[in-house]
Amino acid sequence: MAIRIIEENCTGCAVCVRACPFSAIKMENDKAVILDNCTLCGSCADACKFDAIDFQAERGTGMGDLSSYRDVWVFAEQKDGVIDSAAFELLGVGRHLADQLGQDLAAILIGNKVRPLAQQLIAYGADKVYWLDHADLERFNDELYADNLSHLIERYRPNIVLLAATVYGRSLGPRVAARIGTGLTADCTGLEIEADTRNLMQTRPAFGGNLMATIICPDHRPQMATVRPRVMKPLEPDSERSGRILRQQAQLKQDLKTRVLQVVEEAGEIVNLLEADIIVSGGRGLGDPKNFALIEELAQTLGGAVGASRAAVDAGWIPYSHQVGQTGKTVGPKVYFACGISGAVQHLAGMSSSDIIVAINKDPDAPIFKVATYGIVGDVLEILPLITKEFKKALGK
Amino acid sequence: MDYFLTEEQQMIKELAARIADEKVAPVARELDEKEEFPYEIMKILAESDLFGVYIPEEYGGLGGGITEQCLVIEELSRACSGVAVSYAASGLGCTPILLFGTEEQKQKYVPDIAAGKKLAAFALTEANAGSDASGIQTMAVKDGDYYILNGTKQWITNGGEADVYVVLAVTNRSKGNRGFSAFIVEKDTPGLSFGKKEKKLGIRASATREVIFTDCRIPKENILAKEGMGFIVAMKNFDRTRPGIGAQAVGIAQGALDYAASYAHQRYQFGQPISSFQAIQHMLADMATQTEAARALVYATARMIDAGAKDFSKESSMAKVFASDVAMKVTTDAVQILGGYGYMRDYPVEKMMRDAKITQIYEGTNQIQRNIIALELIKQYAGKK
Amino acid sequence: MNIIVCIKQVPATNDVKINKDTNTLVRDEAQSVINPFDTYAVEEGVRLKEATGGKVTVISMGIPKVADILKECIAVGADEGILLSDRAFAGADTLATSAALAAGINKIGQYDIIICGKQAIDGDTGQVGPGLAERLGIPHITCIRKIEEIKEGYIRAQRMTDFGYEVIECSLPAVITVVKEINEPRLPSIKGMMKAKKAVIPVWTADDIGADKDKIGLRGSPTKVIKTFTPEININTEIIDGTPEEQAHKLVEKLLQLQIKVPV
Repeated sequence: MAIRIIEENCTGCAVCVRACPFSAIKMENDKAVILDNCTLCGSCADACKFDAIDFQAERGTGMGDLSSYRDVWVFAEQKDGVIDSAAFELLGVGRHLADQLGQDLAAILIGNKVRPLAQQLIAYGADKVYWLDHADLERFNDELYADNLSHLIERYRPNIVLLAATVYGRSLGPRVAARIGTGLTADCTGLEIEADTRNLMQTRPAFGGNLMATIICPDHRPQMATVRPRVMKPLEPDSERSGRILRQQAQLKQDLKTRVLQVVEEAGEIVNLLEADIIVSGGRGLGDPKNFALIEELAQTLGGAVGASRAAVDAGWIPYSHQVGQTGKTVGPKVYFACGISGAVQHLAGMSSSDIIVAINKDPDAPIFKVATYGIVGDVLEILPLITKEFKKALGK
Repeated sequence: MDYFLTEEQQMIKELAARIADEKVAPVARELDEKEEFPYEIMKILAESDLFGVYIPEEYGGLGGGITEQCLVIEELSRACSGVAVSYAASGLGCTPILLFGTEEQKQKYVPDIAAGKKLAAFALTEANAGSDASGIQTMAVKDGDYYILNGTKQWITNGGEADVYVVLAVTNRSKGNRGFSAFIVEKDTPGLSFGKKEKKLGIRASATREVIFTDCRIPKENILAKEGMGFIVAMKNFDRTRPGIGAQAVGIAQGALDYAASYAHQRYQFGQPISSFQAIQHMLADMATQTEAARALVYATARMIDAGAKDFSKESSMAKVFASDVAMKVTTDAVQILGGYGYMRDYPVEKMMRDAKITQIYEGTNQIQRNIIALELIKQYAGKK
Repeated sequence: MNIIVCIKQVPATNDVKINKDTNTLVRDEAQSVINPFDTYAVEEGVRLKEATGGKVTVISMGIPKVADILKECIAVGADEGILLSDRAFAGADTLATSAALAAGINKIGQYDIIICGKQAIDGDTGQVGPGLAERLGIPHITCIRKIEEIKEGYIRAQRMTDFGYEVIECSLPAVITVVKEINEPRLPSIKGMMKAKKAVIPVWTADDIGADKDKIGLRGSPTKVIKTFTPEININTEIIDGTPEEQAHKLVEKLLQLQIKVPV
């Protein structure tokens, strides 16, 4: 066992019990006892003031010399010849990291006849674009894209690889990381370079956003992360910027195991929610599913989209596609109306990066007011129609 | 109170409670408002094996008895008595087949009822025959290998929803109580039809309809026991199922008590929770005591029957009459504790009060139950003289 | 069809309290449950078995107590459960977890399809499914909301995307991850619960499954948590008061001053 309590040193102070993030230590006869669910994180050993916890993190040996891994890569997701806005956000943060490291920022562009997009990636901050073009690569395909991205990584040995935490990015990332045998941190909301070690510090929410964890990948390269969309800010595009566009040979195969037969876009809310400048969201405080009509009316008046809290979705009041939060969509509109939403951390995780947050709730102590720009304490069913009326009047609708 | 349930009974109770809380409670109000039969919930109960708890294993059941059946009924009634009675009425239709059916009849009908693939119903009541079963008008006339049924049954729980009906009809008017016979009638039998769904005060999720026989030809092997046994079939059936009505009443009372007690704790008047007032405390104390007493009597009776007792009409009636009177009282008090809120449909206790009333009426009114109890008492003491 | 379902044990709620002083979770009496997303995986596995015949094996990596959760899966229709439990697995990140699961699944041997939930509610990574597929050298499809067709060696399914869905066909064996739209998990049955009570869950150690010790547990985990903290929220909220009419009026006035473009 790599962890044990040195009983003669243990004073029974129980600091370690409080320090354990996993409730894996208990006190027995005034001595600490490590339980089965210990994950060997070492928090207890750091917290113990009496050297009573012998913890030897038996870490793997890693990949040895990592100095040959250079550059920050961004996987530039595109669909139908349009780059996903999340890719520009990745370039924004990637530029910052590359500058700190004194290395290049490269974008990986995979598709069919996507050469014109390379210039855009450069405008948004890329120094280099590795560009793969083939008819078979037209659409995202886990198998082919994983083959090609892995191949490029093995060939060019990047230091950092970033993907957007989209459905595709979250499918491709772990497959590639497993093939390379390196670490991957999911759904990051913060990325920094650690000054001393020059490791990438990857910060992400855990436990439904209740806790933030900073994670490093010290002994393996590349350091891979998926990054939550609409959290990082893109740079202002500069069409004067210059960069190199490097065409790469695509890796193809005849006997593909997976094939996309049909792509169906479900118009409306889903896309709307992610792109809307204004979102009006409802929660359990609406009291009844039919009161979502009030939400819809305000959203319609403002040309915005309709969102919902998990509680409202779980209650079956509105489909999951409207859900905002840790387990739903992450949104970042200009204005976010939270109507009858108490503001559980799980919800805040999905909307707190909105520019302006308006909270309407009858409970003045509701946590939503802690993140709100403007708060109205009152009956949402009474106030919401009045707001709609005021807007209609002001907008001459 | 700890009733020292067996491990399997505990399992049944917990699963029934989970279904009540997760699947029934969220839709109880809607089912009541829309007077909608709970098909979805019947399906869940079927998939969970709960329709078979009281049915022997050789017919696809779990081999339990009335105790197990009562546990399910009680838990479901906490959330919605209309759902519970739809479940229980299938037992009321199946029990006569278990008690009096031939091996062929049991093999043919019981496994599907145990699996919840088919619902059953028991059809006795008519416009002129309620407490007085001798008023039955429905006739069964023998015609070669068939009986031909004519007449109309009224207020039949699961009427129109059930696939198997056990029906009481007159085979020989001149023989009085020995002139009735019981028949198994399948839903798709030509000549069998159903009246409109009744509008009721409570248990509105359950379906109550007329069951109408118009020259309805039943194969003669569908008779239960033999000609003339109908009255005995009905009485023996009710003896075994009355504790179920008691369990239903206990569940309703428990649901009302749970709601009222937590409401009293949250409701502030005069600057303190109303549960701090002795007036409320004593009401809650009585409600809890009465509910527990009713439960104890119901369980004791169910266990007595399951243990193989021969004669239990009196105890069975006591369980029904006591528990149903308790349910009426406890739900009325729960409404009182909630005050004006209790009277509103937004709160569940008014429904519980409406639901409770039927437990004093059906499967023999409480007046008839008292007659049965008194009759048994008189027999008992007359014999001792 | 031989169906394997991978499940994870998670705290019963992720509305965990945080101790602001130590920045750690307060998880008194924290109850553990099956990861909610995994219940859809179990249900889909059982439905596939009911439709095509075969067997559902549920596998998990975790502490000995996880056996109880595997038994719950048997109560809702799975045929057997297997627990990978060994101190050598402790401290695993997603890469090391997929390595351990892959070794366990290789020991099981026969399989046509492996089903995972979309992600776990404690870590929210969704990385184990694709990682597992890579380790096993088979394809994967994430976020499946409907299986349109499945037969020997072939599956066609709808995968949820950020903009709608796509129809994908894939050869079997494969790993799929499922979203909650795919089904509504059933409650247990009494017969299932009795079967679960009697069931014996085999516990396999790292040696039992022949796992490479450098690929599992802490040793096999490239990533390392160096810090945990409570997210900081500090915004000066302006509370708008007055009558409801005044509140509505003031709010709209303030928002209009921001000159947010309203699409006409």
